[in-house]
Amino acid sequence: MDFELSEERRILRDTAARLFRERYPIQARHDFAASDDGFSRALWTDFADLGLIGALVPAEMGGLGGAGVDIMVVMEEVGRGLAVEPFLASAVLGAGLLAEAGTAAQQAQIAEVIAGTRLLAFAHGEPDSRYALSEVRTRAREDAGGWILDGRKSVVLNGDTADALIVSARTGGDAADPDGLSLFLVAGDPEGVTRRGYGTVDGGRAAEIDLVGARVSAETCLGTAGTAYPAIERVIGRGVLALCAEALGIMEVCRDTTLDYLRTRTQFGVPLGKFQALQHRMVDMCLEIEQARSATMLAAGKLDAPRAERERTLSAAKNLIGRVGRLVAEDSIQLHGGIAMTWDYALPHYAKRLTMIDHQLGDADHHLERFIAFSKAA
Amino acid sequence: MDMNFSAEESAFRESVRAFLKEDLPHALAAKVRDGKRLDKRDYLTWHAVLNARGWLAWHWPVEHGGTGWTPVQKHIFDEECIAAGAPRIVPFGLNMLGPVLIKFGTEAQKRTYLPRILNDQDWWCQGYSEPGAGSDLASLKTRAVRDGDHYIVNGQKTWTTLGHFADKMFCLVKTDTQVKPQEGISFLLIDMDSPGITVRPIVTLEGEHEINEVFLEDVRVPAANLVGEENKGWTYAKYLLTHERTGIAGVAFSLQSLDHLKQVARDQKSDGRPLAENPLFAARVAQVEIDLMAMATLNLRTLCAAAAGTAPGLESSMLKIKGTMIRQEITDLLRRAIGPYALPFVPEAFDEGYNEAPIGPDYAMPLARQYFNMRKLSIYGGSNEIQRNIVAKQMLRL
Repeated sequence: MDFELSEERRILRDTAARLFRERYPIQARHDFAASDDGFSRALWTDFADLGLIGALVPAEMGGLGGAGVDIMVVMEEVGRGLAVEPFLASAVLGAGLLAEAGTAAQQAQIAEVIAGTRLLAFAHGEPDSRYALSEVRTRAREDAGGWILDGRKSVVLNGDTADALIVSARTGGDAADPDGLSLFLVAGDPEGVTRRGYGTVDGGRAAEIDLVGARVSAETCLGTAGTAYPAIERVIGRGVLALCAEALGIMEVCRDTTLDYLRTRTQFGVPLGKFQALQHRMVDMCLEIEQARSATMLAAGKLDAPRAERERTLSAAKNLIGRVGRLVAEDSIQLHGGIAMTWDYALPHYAKRLTMIDHQLGDADHHLERFIAFSKAA
Repeated sequence: MDMNFSAEESAFRESVRAFLKEDLPHALAAKVRDGKRLDKRDYLTWHAVLNARGWLAWHWPVEHGGTGWTPVQKHIFDEECIAAGAPRIVPFGLNMLGPVLIKFGTEAQKRTYLPRILNDQDWWCQGYSEPGAGSDLASLKTRAVRDGDHYIVNGQKTWTTLGHFADKMFCLVKTDTQVKPQEGISFLLIDMDSPGITVRPIVTLEGEHEINEVFLEDVRVPAANLVGEENKGWTYAKYLLTHERTGIAGVAFSLQSLDHLKQVARDQKSDGRPLAENPLFAARVAQVEIDLMAMATLNLRTLCAAAAGTAPGLESSMLKIKGTMIRQEITDLLRRAIGPYALPFVPEAFDEGYNEAPIGPDYAMPLARQYFNMRKLSIYGGSNEIQRNIVAKQMLRL
């Protein structure tokens, strides 16, 4: 076994870390989040030039890596920087779906995603689907050599700015059936597609998307209609790993910031860190973060394992990250006290993002149930 | 032992319910239930309704305009008000300063300030915490120096809740720096219009303005505004923080939000079924309900002991710790209940008159915001760590 990063990945990590350190102070982040796009297009291009987007995409698709460890290295730094750019939506999920399920013509667009010139978003969740992967009520029916889409997609990450949406829809089967799911690459909002964009609690952007009799061509379908579920599951799995790694980066910032505060804030004539009750809570936080790191490394290593083993390990990681994330978010605020309740302090923004990661691609309970289900199957 | 409310207590509950049904403005209750922002006018409206019924200063003795209710009656009143969607009573004048003046104030101070509190002529705010004095409140640095028949006050206060609405502030100041910190503190009443006072907003993590910093620069305060004796302010400050036990556990809030949680869980779907039927989630809700049942009983035990005059006062620390843990747990489950709909952040949706369709179910929009806001419960009013220190030292003698 070898837990060390290769030379190439160390360079990747250091490149990303330097960029966030130098170009991403918290005030700049607030400004990007408050802008119309909700992120910095200029920095997105720089991230592309430095290979950070490509690192999330497999080499055979024109990317620079795409292995579990690549996703982990980049997304940890994204977390540390508290970046609001669409790494997850466009690179991991968007390009990931084209790579997994797209036709050769559709896969040709991956190069633009990697270059940062084309943005994708995955329109999958629906008002009542919660975190269920196969629960899709949006319908696609064949008509005059094309498809007509009807349904509603909710909380679509970066769905307001994406140049193209990858929309999941049912071409067969019942509401929760894994069979009968299809994906459509919908660009340029045809008639019948409306998007309502909004900000999110963690400084990101999302959209509600209505599809009412929206007509798309036959060429928009990714691969063969009705067979998209395995690709969806694999790509969501990559997204789960990305979120776990992002959470790790955030948790380490929370830990370091809190530790620094305990060492420097004086009350009762001594630094807060001299109080044993606080020391022990800080130790527990560190210990749990190491657990979270281990679970994430395990998931990164199993990203290409057979289905049951892969999904079980990913769910284990996301469950643990959900639990530890809550502890770290809440305790880092509590150990600070009032200062961490203020907008002008950076820490609560990390805590908010960390909390919202539990609301994306399945929370701790969802992955606990999934872990149990796949443990039976394994 | 009798675990039931008496016939008189039940009749009292009915009378409170009838009053709320009749007199609590529906639009106001709807605003509270929908998690909209309340403005100063909303609080004043509710205070006026209560005052007209003689129920505004329900903690005060009858001779000062209070109700003379037993602790159990106070608890029933609190519970019914919150269940009906009434706004909270702004505590600074009524629950905090009022009792201090009644116990320690001069006759002139009582005559001047108590009626003005009842009639909402003065909105009070609290000048306790400072940037360097949080948990260690006694280390506060704001100085008051006697100059003839005035004090000259210099310093900075922080976390001043609704200070931007306030006409007056009750303030802890240092009047003697040569003695133990607790022995050199005085309790002063300061007019917020005084020259030298600046109020600056603090925006909280969820993007709201509720708290403020207050800067005091050469503020002249009449010496007649000293409450009690000079350098005895710490005693009054502690009295203020511990004398009122009815609300500290937040039982009424927890009962109301548990009820809300159950409604949300019935409406939300998980794998095509109501979330309330998901065994994992149902177990989490049941667990917190069991804790709350016990907590509500602990609260009543303490109230009855207080009525009998046997409660030493340390129970309030235990009630605060457990009560805030339960309230925070419920807000956490509410956040989790709405799944991906915790993410949308549309601050303008909390304004009166916002009439765009909500994003997701209408109940979802305030829940993540409330979860983050409620982190304050275990920090303010003496953090839960400080409360544990108090119990360890004074009750367990460790």
